[in-house]
Amino acid sequence: MPLLEVDNLTVEFATRRGSLRALDRVSFSIEKGEILGVVGESGAGKSLTGAAIVGLLESPGRIASGQIRLDGGRIDNLPPEPLRRIRGRRIGTIFQDPLTTLNPLYTIGRQLIETMQTHARMSDSDARRKAVGWLERVGIPAAAQRIDAYPHEFSGGQRQRVVIALALCAEPALVIADEPTTALDVSVQAQIITLLKDLTRDHGTSVMLVTHDMGVIAETADRVAVMYAGRIAEIGPVAEIIRNPAHPYTDGLMASIPSLEHRVDRLRQIDGAVPRLDAMPDGCRFHPRCPSAFARCTAQQPELMAAGATRAACWLHA
Amino acid sequence: MSQPHRHTMEAVAVSHRFDVSRPWLQRLFNGEPKRFLRAVDDVSFAIPTGTTFALVGESGCGKSTIARLAVGLYEPSDGDILFEDQPLSSARAQPALRRRMNMIFQDPYASLNPRWRVSDIVAEPIRAFRLATRPNEVQARVGSLLAQVGLTLRDGEKYPHEFSGGQRQRISIARALASEPDFLVCDEPTSALDVSVQAQILNLMRDLQQRLGLTYLFISHNLAVVRHMADRLGVMYLGRIVEQGPAETIFRTPRHPYTRLLLDAIPDLEQIGRSRTPVGGEIPSPIAPPPGCAFHPRCKLANDRCRTEKPAHIAVGDVQVACHAVAEGRDS
Ligand SMILES: Nc1ncnc2c1ncn2[C@@H]1O[C@H](COP(=O)(O)OP(=O)(O)OP(=O)(O)O)[C@@H](O)[C@H]1O
Ligand SMILES: Nc1ncnc2c1ncn2[C@@H]1O[C@H](COP(=O)(O)OP(=O)(O)OP(=O)(O)O)[C@@H](O)[C@H]1O
Ligand code: SF4
Ligand code: SF4
Ligand SMILES: [Mg+2]
Ligand SMILES: [Mg+2]
Repeated sequence: MPLLEVDNLTVEFATRRGSLRALDRVSFSIEKGEILGVVGESGAGKSLTGAAIVGLLESPGRIASGQIRLDGGRIDNLPPEPLRRIRGRRIGTIFQDPLTTLNPLYTIGRQLIETMQTHARMSDSDARRKAVGWLERVGIPAAAQRIDAYPHEFSGGQRQRVVIALALCAEPALVIADEPTTALDVSVQAQIITLLKDLTRDHGTSVMLVTHDMGVIAETADRVAVMYAGRIAEIGPVAEIIRNPAHPYTDGLMASIPSLEHRVDRLRQIDGAVPRLDAMPDGCRFHPRCPSAFARCTAQQPELMAAGATRAACWLHA
Repeated sequence: MSQPHRHTMEAVAVSHRFDVSRPWLQRLFNGEPKRFLRAVDDVSFAIPTGTTFALVGESGCGKSTIARLAVGLYEPSDGDILFEDQPLSSARAQPALRRRMNMIFQDPYASLNPRWRVSDIVAEPIRAFRLATRPNEVQARVGSLLAQVGLTLRDGEKYPHEFSGGQRQRISIARALASEPDFLVCDEPTSALDVSVQAQILNLMRDLQQRLGLTYLFISHNLAVVRHMADRLGVMYLGRIVEQGPAETIFRTPRHPYTRLLLDAIPDLEQIGRSRTPVGGEIPSPIAPPPGCAFHPRCKLANDRCRTEKPAHIAVGDVQVACHAVAEGRDS
């Protein structure tokens, strides 16, 4: 049984002009010890998916239908208290915005120690020693000296690493990491990624890794889900998604990555923009931007279907 | 428009220290001295007008601190920052010059006022600097700024929390462009953006530079992005610039051992499932940096001289490198 199952998850925002559907029947699962990469254009719904799983959708957002199961048990309909216990101990989250996770009024040491002590019994001195250990594992220099500093006294990337330490210190079964390495340079990034991979290998931790950095995806993920406009456009093994994308959107995404090998005058971009939630095109949501669109695409919405070694929501594979 | 200034921005022997001492009572009690963290250490560089100078280097090496110094958000502890050959403090005292410099912050959400609608956030510099006064004129400018970053006027009615991470970053870019700056400091401007929006923003920035002659101080840890944007490059390590010069030259033939290591650590799409070797060695403490060359604990070429004597900058062609091994010709 997979550790996490997301089944037809639909998330809506109630507005004065009616309800907007931000996620539309999203389904995927993550096995124990597996890293699922989630990629897709800004606004595609990656962070919302993560927020829905840990029960942190902000009103007026709500789960309109679908189920989320952890170890076979539903967690989408839990009351706040049990949900809060799952969050932190069973599911650790690294949010896209490190400043919103850290409390500016407390030292980072205090925040780490409190987190560990809420989830496991340990003495203050033990917790402090462990906290220094976590700061070292995420690469904070002079950890023992800087543990009593406040969040604003760290650089952007250092704060992000403190957030990572906070998410991992209670040793959760599932880690939802939303752009965990965006503010990090490549060498620290390598360290964090090695840490995540070690956790999956040694402790069977599962990871949902949201990032737009395909380099990180390539070396970390086992499988990849590509999201577009609130839906999964393609999902499959990482090598296939990168080398033989089946969905035209995945293809465009791969082509817009700047390369280190040669400098070009203009990067290839996918022209147009992600559709607004209140103006979703009929049929395939990608059709206004799709170079391969044909008649059926404007009339009928494709569901995920087998497309070579991956599954893609695209009529080219029907 | 004629450009009389060869350099838009110049840093001359700039250092910046943060006081990271414990509260004085505790210090007194334990007999501890004051402690300083030297975030920027004797840094000099100049940005030719109309070009892009990029800073790269490990997290915590001092890039954002330089960015803040460059627009006057911090005062240097030592040295001078010049804007068009005048001291920055006197340039900032003149609204006409202040308008011409702006910054895109690393943390887009923290820099957007959560209680303002997005259109007011973008309109604020337009109103403050009186670039337009009639409401429909302001509105039109806001509309075209939002369009440039892939948003619409209708998005302007919403508040920052209603946007995704990448959308917020685009809002802060639109706001930074609103004052029509000539000098823009971009601290990780595209780090929260997916590749296709990133391509749009980078193309936009290059277009603006070609059309209007903008000058950029550009910070990114994404070296492919840096290679795409930079004319000149500065590589930082623990507060110092250890190598600087034309970006292409440095990318093609990196000289400093740290630059080489940095370029080796880049992930690429060919490496599916393979692990990079993380940079070995202990990350040094910026509070008590290693003596001599700060990179020596991690450097394969380090010798006794490196452990005691700080390397000076030497010119190798049109690149400046601070490394004893390069100076002594024992680096290849
Ligand atoms: N509180 C809210 N009210 C209304 N719409 C919202 C709210 N929060 C998010 N949205 C919308 O939901 C969509 C998905 O947002 P989400 O944050 O999941 O995007 P994302 O894929 O994480 O993008 P990014 O890569 O930019 O972080 C976006 O169109 C966003 O504007
Ligand atoms: N307000 C502050 N008080 C004390 N120390 C600080 C403060 N701001 C930054 N520092 C320290 O100064 C050093 C340089 O920080 P800076 O933010 O310039 O790094 P950076 O190169 O931008 O890193 P990143 O890539 O992580 O954003 C870091 O060691 C940081 O911890
Ligand atoms: S279904 Fe049609 S429009 Fe959609 S991605 Fe496939 S070809 Fe393009
Ligand atoms: S000065 Fe010495 S320690 Fe520093 S980079 Fe050069 S060889 Fe390495
Ligand atoms: Mg997001
Ligand atoms: Mg920074």
